[in-house]
Amino acid sequence: MSPRLQAQLHHQRPDFTLEVDLDLPGQGVTVLFGPSGCGKTTLLRCLAGLESARGHITVAGETWLDDRVQRPVHQRPLAYVFQEASLFPHLSVTGNLHYGYRRTPRRLRQIHPPQVEAWLGLETLRERFPHQLSGGQRQRVAIARALLTSPQLLLMDEPLSALDQASKQDILPYLERLHRELAIPVLYVTHSPEEMARLADHLVVMADGRVRAQGSLTELLPRLDLPVTSAQEVGVVIDATLAAEDADWHLSRADFNGGALWLPTPTRPLGSPLRLRVLARDVSLARQPHHDQSIQNLLPATVVSVDSDHHPAMALVRLALADTPLLARLTRRAADQLNLTPGQQLWAQVKSVAIVD
Amino acid sequence: MSAEWQAIWLTLKLATVTTAILLIVATPLAWWLARSRHWLCQPLAAVVAMPLVLPPTVLGFYLLILMAPSGPVGQLTQSLGLGTLPFTFEGLVVASVIYSLPFAVQPLQAAFSGLSERMLEAASTLRASPLDRFFSVVLPLARPGLLTATVLTFAHTIGEFGVVLMIGGNIPGETKVLSVAIYDHVETLEYARAHWLAGGMVAFAFLVLLSLYLINGRLGGHGLKP
Repeated sequence: MSPRLQAQLHHQRPDFTLEVDLDLPGQGVTVLFGPSGCGKTTLLRCLAGLESARGHITVAGETWLDDRVQRPVHQRPLAYVFQEASLFPHLSVTGNLHYGYRRTPRRLRQIHPPQVEAWLGLETLRERFPHQLSGGQRQRVAIARALLTSPQLLLMDEPLSALDQASKQDILPYLERLHRELAIPVLYVTHSPEEMARLADHLVVMADGRVRAQGSLTELLPRLDLPVTSAQEVGVVIDATLAAEDADWHLSRADFNGGALWLPTPTRPLGSPLRLRVLARDVSLARQPHHDQSIQNLLPATVVSVDSDHHPAMALVRLALADTPLLARLTRRAADQLNLTPGQQLWAQVKSVAIVD
Repeated sequence: MSAEWQAIWLTLKLATVTTAILLIVATPLAWWLARSRHWLCQPLAAVVAMPLVLPPTVLGFYLLILMAPSGPVGQLTQSLGLGTLPFTFEGLVVASVIYSLPFAVQPLQAAFSGLSERMLEAASTLRASPLDRFFSVVLPLARPGLLTATVLTFAHTIGEFGVVLMIGGNIPGETKVLSVAIYDHVETLEYARAHWLAGGMVAFAFLVLLSLYLINGRLGGHGLKP
């Protein structure tokens, strides 16, 4: 297990204070989530050394910052992907890719151009110049350029936000692939719930320059006290495995710790991992398993708590399917009629499941 | 070597030396003026721009006073065993460097100011040290400004007259540059010889500026080509 990423940072501007204490796993994608102006980008810039901060930073067992050490940006083995691609306009794609690669000491090079060009689909673009690329292509080159420094930490500051919807959909699969291939921590700033659901292993929720919560995505997403999702989008993410297929009906079963869900057969082999998203508004509850109705996914669940919703007519019911949390959004009247109490066993009817990864 | 060719050769030598010195001096100065927020920036920028508005004779007059044997600069050069600068080629170089300073600094400063901070940040996250960033990112991106500064400095030095006359005088092979030679020809009513030199300078100036506009137009119009 790679050493953890630890950072205690204090950064002061006249109108803003950043005060964070992070302790993150040594690999996987951590999404920094929060409203604009909450300090996500500043945090990333402080980690990179682009802004000065007091405190300490330890990455991969090396100290980048403490009372005595203050490594300048170019001596921190990190890669930074900015919101706009920021490619060097005077260099070709190859020139851009090799910029950081050439400056990485030979013995530290673990990632090489052919590998990255294949990961990010750049083989046909090598001779082009930045102004000859589309927005999505430019951002792919920028990601590849960053990776070629063989970083110990990858920082991505809303890398998709400047792109149109089509380019986003074009680039997300590449990011998911990186996520599987890289054994370094990735810090990813976004305020898109979709990107968060697709990419995050861990979540850091920020507000007003402080960390409100940090933990795994599956753990934090059902928490109702965090501004993680809008009222309409409250839900959970479930990591499952594609376990069986019913070829007659083009349906497949995704198993997870605590149950199984049927969904339209995706184009991927049996046994592959799936990330599912179940919105609270798509879950209803019943005391008995009703088979004389259209909803196919019936799961035995335990009530954990009944919480208030943004709307006075609605309630959010927190459920447990073994270890997997699930949320259901009901009217308060329905909750009252079912007489829901913590510990109660009942059936969750899941109307719709989305595959996010 | 005829007097004309001697003057042409001397002029080209002066312009080359001046341009070389100015690029070395003006680049860090322009960088500082473009990037720093120090309170001295504005006053210094004003001083740099003064040769644009002052009559060359004023500049030449004060340089003469400063560099004369009794002036502070003159006493310094004498104590260093360098003699005095007025009426020497070296004196002309010093004067030209000051006289052409804004023509080197201003295009560079504009080019450096237009450079996005993000490019430098990106380079620093790609393991480039500050000096490395300057040579691998700043200078290539400031290429049009660098070219403009070089050409303008060179051409402006070739055309200088007043300052030369004030501190260089008219010594063939040492300080008698083209513009002074033309002046001499006109004074002695040798219009044909004056025409050769003056016409040559008109053609030279046009060709230099035309090539500058063509090159910068290409650089700016279609992005940077390798």
